[in-house]
Order: sequence, then structure tokens, then C-alpha cells
Amino acid sequence: MKDKIKIASGQGFWGDLINAPYVQVTQGKVDYLVMDYLAEVTMSILQKQKNRNPKLGYAKDIPELMKRILPVCQEKGTKIITNGGGVNPIACAEAVMEVAKNLGINKLKIAVVLGDDIKERIDEIVNSGSGLNNMDTDEPIVTVKGKILSANVYFGALPIVEGLRAGADIVITGRTTDTGLTLAPMIYEFGWDKTNYDLMSAGTVAGHILECGAQSSGGNFLGNWQSIPNMAEVGFPIAEAYPNGEFIITKHPNTGGRVSFETVAEQLVYEIGDPEVYITPDCVADFTSIKLEDLGGDRVKVYNIKGKKATDFYKVSCSYASGFSASANLTYSWPQALSKAKAADEILRKRLENLKLSFEEIRTEFIGYNSCHGPLSKEIDEDNINEIMLKVAVRSQDYDSIERFGKEIAPLILTGPPSVTGFAGGRPKPSEVVAYWPALIPKVLVKPEVKLIEL
Amino acid sequence: MKIRLLEIAHGRSGDKGDAANIGIIAYDDKGYEIIKKNLSVSRVKKHFNEICFGEVERYELPNLRALNFLLHNTLGGGGTVSLKHDAQGKTLAAALLRMEIEI
Repeated sequence: MKDKIKIASGQGFWGDLINAPYVQVTQGKVDYLVMDYLAEVTMSILQKQKNRNPKLGYAKDIPELMKRILPVCQEKGTKIITNGGGVNPIACAEAVMEVAKNLGINKLKIAVVLGDDIKERIDEIVNSGSGLNNMDTDEPIVTVKGKILSANVYFGALPIVEGLRAGADIVITGRTTDTGLTLAPMIYEFGWDKTNYDLMSAGTVAGHILECGAQSSGGNFLGNWQSIPNMAEVGFPIAEAYPNGEFIITKHPNTGGRVSFETVAEQLVYEIGDPEVYITPDCVADFTSIKLEDLGGDRVKVYNIKGKKATDFYKVSCSYASGFSASANLTYSWPQALSKAKAADEILRKRLENLKLSFEEIRTEFIGYNSCHGPLSKEIDEDNINEIMLKVAVRSQDYDSIERFGKEIAPLILTGPPSVTGFAGGRPKPSEVVAYWPALIPKVLVKPEVKLIEL
Repeated sequence: MKIRLLEIAHGRSGDKGDAANIGIIAYDDKGYEIIKKNLSVSRVKKHFNEICFGEVERYELPNLRALNFLLHNTLGGGGTVSLKHDAQGKTLAAALLRMEIEI
């Protein structure tokens, strides 16, 4: 058993700094590189790609990234864990194998976690008595039958642990909790008992701190943000974990950013509900138990973490098609920039009304004035504001109404208030609205499966 | 004396469906006592008048000198349904830190 492992966060979402994983594995020695690629919206996008081409449906950045990092990871013995397999983890693993072959690597084992995709099983699951009711509204899932784009169960750390025990160098999963990616290597390396819920919670908390990449090492820091050094070369966080459940959050030396009590605390309170009940498939962690000690030198000790037994349910995230939306911007300049933008909005709304189009919502925001803080925004002195961007967005189940809206924007330039600019790129196009259906499913109804692919 | 919350606390906000989560962290123990005393559910709900259309939940994390608020029915439907410029409530922590309190 190792007495310490280093787990490095490589991506906080799909679209994060492309170079970050490379920096994490080259700037120092880490045992694991963990990369979270899956926001909720990502699953439906990937499902659409897979529908068009059965070889797609995973984070396409991964093969390209592997070209750069695999040789280093092989040399240093760094294992890679990612949920970037999306809705097609097997195809992702095959693409990575292809990269490895082309690099001349002759020994590689990839574990693929399957079984989270229940899109084709919904009827069967509903028939077995689990209604997959919406967690927020309690409506049964049949309400959106025929519109479902994707349906995936959130697995935890255990299937990844199984892959690591089978000797995997890389574990690629579909929908796995972000926290499970970090907890898994701790369970595996330290031989943790999965019913020791304090330890499960410790690894889960470490996962929560790593899952958004640099958001715990100085990024998006609302404290004294100007004091954070060298954000251009920000170091992503690393958890230095110990068998007793304590860990230190740090980053590689000679990178930018900062790891402090404040930067870690901001990430701990990010996207949480009741802090005593942080539910994952692995445990229910108590975030109120967490203690932080700023050791200085970009090192923060995290300890005293408590937790309880996991629930008997997995969370399911379904996405379904729910109409269309479009959004348009026009910029008005001084003098009376805000008054002009407001007048343009009134003209536009009157025209839309005359056209008798059908909208669920028409939303107007004045960027530069109230789009972030709404009515909390202070009255502005129009003499001192140089420009305001008018943003109007619409949503409807009716495609034609959204498309027609798009044709009413450019005319405002010649048939509305003066000193207007910023209309480029053609008419706003309708985009599909993807809505979410969070549900619970009894764990007994789903079984994760781990498949090994070897070179 | 009136101060802005921004002077004694920082924080971060994000989305949980159509609810926004706002975590507010005091820089020191004295600050934590001030935010605990001043940031009641009703005060926060009133502050976010015409932004938060649902219930406000409040939780304490004393070890972090932090409070966590869940603002329901706040993000215009949440996710990709929302037409809001800040559909994920990313700027709402800053919005709460605008609050002026008497100390």
C-alpha cells in the first residue's frame, strides 16, 4: 500500500484549457490524472453525434490529448481516469488504442465502464415499477416519452476501482460522478473499505475540490482576485492524499494561480445544497465537518471529514427536446444609450405582437446595465454610459415563431432608434432547447459493467 | 456604520437546476458572526426581490466561516431552457455581496 498518492485535475469541463493535462503530467510527478468532461448538456450533444455516426459520442479532444500525454504517462507511471467516454466510452477507448499504436506503445490496458446508458431501457424500468419521476416536479417520465434524447445513470467510484484492480492504465467511463473519478484511486491505492463512509466522504470532498479544475486554485476567485498571480499560466489543483483520509490541495511549483483557504473554500461551497447531505452513489458526505488548514506555499490541508452510508438510489439524468429558442443582440451608443435600447425593445415587442407569434417567453436584458443583477442594478447616468447592448431572447415550442423572430432584428437598424451597431453574422437561428429530467432509480435495477481492452 | 458585505466576505455561486446556490464566506470569525446575524432567509429573499421567485434555504458551515443559500425558481428555468444572460447564476454571489449592512 502506498503511503501517499498525488491526483491531478486535468479538466474542469469539456472546453477547459487544452494544455492543462499536459502541464499536470509533465511539470512534476503525479500518480493519477483525472479529467471531468461531462456537464449535463454535454450528454445530449454527444448522443446526437452518436446518432449521426455510431463511432462518435465521446469527448473528441481525448485522442488528440492522448497523443501528447500518453508517452509521458507511460514513462512516469501516471494513470488516467476520465468520464470523457460520454455516451460511447468503447469508441473512445478504441480511438485511444489507435493513438497508442501509432505512438509505438506496445503495452496498454484500458478499462471501460459501461451500463450507465439506460435510454433504451426506460420502458422496461417504468414497467418494473420505477416511474423515473422528475425529482423536482414529481411528474412521471411518460410525460416526455418520445422526446427523450439521452438517459444516463450517475455511477460512482466503484466501477473505476474495479478497472484499476484489473490493472488498467487508463479508465474511461460514461456518466460517472465527477467526485468518483478522484475517490476511486484512493479506494484502490489505500485499500479503503467501501463501507467506511468517512473515508468515502473524504475522497468525495477531494473530488469536489478537483472537479472544476482551476476554480480551486485561483480561477473565478471572488475574494481579492487581483492578487492572484500569473493566471495566464495557472496551475490546476492536485490532491496529495493520505490513507487516513486527510489530503492536501496544492499545485505544481512554478505555475500561476494560488491555493489558499479562500480559494479552496470558494470551491467547497460551489453548487452545493444542504451541506450536511451531499449525496453521491458512494456516500452521503457532510460538508459541515470539513476543516481546512492553510499551510502556506500553496498548500491547504483538508481533514476531519465525516459522512454516512450511501442511499439505495442512483441519480439519473435524462435530457429531452423541449422546443426552440433564439437570441439577438444590438448595441446602442451614447447619447441616451439605455433609452434607445429600451425604445428598440418596445418597437420589437409591438411588431412581434402584431405578427401574432407564439412564445413561451420573451426576455429582454440590457447588457452593461442589468443583465447580471437585474433590479439590484443602480440607476445609471446616461451621460456617463457609452453604450448598452440590447439582448432579446425568445423560446417557443413553435419553430416558425422562433425563425420569424430572427427576421425582425436587423430591420430595427433602419426602422428604430439611432446610433445602433453590432448586428453581424446574419439572422439569429433557432436552436433546439434541451431540458433536463432528473430522476432516481433503485441501484438494484442497474449494473455497471467493466470491460478491458488491451494492447 | 454601514458597510458593504463585499468588505468582509467573498463567495461563489452556481446552478442546481432552476435554483441558484450562493456560498458566502467571511474572511474572519468576526465577519462570520456578522454574516450569520445579518443574512437571514427573509433578508436574502428581500434582497433578491424580482430575481428569486421561490423559497430561500439557508445553511451554515461554521468550519469554513460560510453560509450557503439555495434560491429556488431563480434561473428562468435553468440549464438550456433559460433565456437569462446569466442562466447559471454565476454572478449572483457578487449580487449578494452588494448588500449593505449595519454594523
